[in-house]
Amino acid sequence: MLLSRKHDLVCQQVVEMVTDYLEGSLSRSDRRRFERHLKGCPNCTNYLEQMRITIATTGTLQVEDLSPEAEQEFTDLFRRWREADDR
Amino acid sequence: MPDMETDAELLTRLRDGDEAAFVSLVSRYNPSLLRVARTYVPSPALAEDAVQEAWIGVIRGLDRFEGRSSFKTWIFRVLINCARTVGTKEPRHLALSSDETAVDPLRFDTGGAWVKPLESWESEADDRMVAASWTHALGAALDDLPPRQREVVVLRDVEGLSGTEVCDLLGLSENNQRVLLHRGRSRLRGALESDLEQRGR
Repeated sequence: MLLSRKHDLVCQQVVEMVTDYLEGSLSRSDRRRFERHLKGCPNCTNYLEQMRITIATTGTLQVEDLSPEAEQEFTDLFRRWREADDR
Repeated sequence: MPDMETDAELLTRLRDGDEAAFVSLVSRYNPSLLRVARTYVPSPALAEDAVQEAWIGVIRGLDRFEGRSSFKTWIFRVLINCARTVGTKEPRHLALSSDETAVDPLRFDTGGAWVKPLESWESEADDRMVAASWTHALGAALDDLPPRQREVVVLRDVEGLSGTEVCDLLGLSENNQRVLLHRGRSRLRGALESDLEQRGR
């Protein structure tokens, strides 16, 4: 067990709690222990920031332009469907 | 990036038969749809089939779509149904392995503390060169994620659905959804870190 003292978290535990922390799903006491650890630990503070940056960067991935072929393919798909529908 | 029309605006135009609106919607959602479809089918070609089926389903269902759910959750629901039909019938509800860690255990000492200091990414995050390299690295890392992690990360962090929506869409418990999200995000963080190391900062 990594737990040295009952109430103190170690870094290796903190990294496993980051998502629960960000999701707001830690219990109150775990949240307090988590935040207390961060106060005294610049490394884990940076880790949490890295996770936040990762999430934010993932959120920018979204829009890619379709290739001209794909665009044509979907335009054709749409037209075929409309013709079939009009009949 | 051009001005983004909302999904609702595009849907209105699509209902009027505007094919450009259709193509806009497709380019908006296709990358994520393909990534999610890959979770259900064994090959990229089948994923494309499933996605195309889903778009046909969208056009067909347009009049029935009432806008009570967001277009986004609707299209993913249609996709997942199509992908399940196209895909293998393998059981998907495999138990989550319990031995995956967010960070390589070797990076901690026996007391569980970081062996080497962890750096702040604040300046990197604002650097446009890094941003370009990260976008590339993240796209690749996302495609390399185990399928179920990829699916959750795409829906949550790329598409911005809520945890509740994702649980509902994928039939996951809240806890399993969080575990998959955690593992996926942790791997992506690792990919960005490796990218920085390769740039030799």
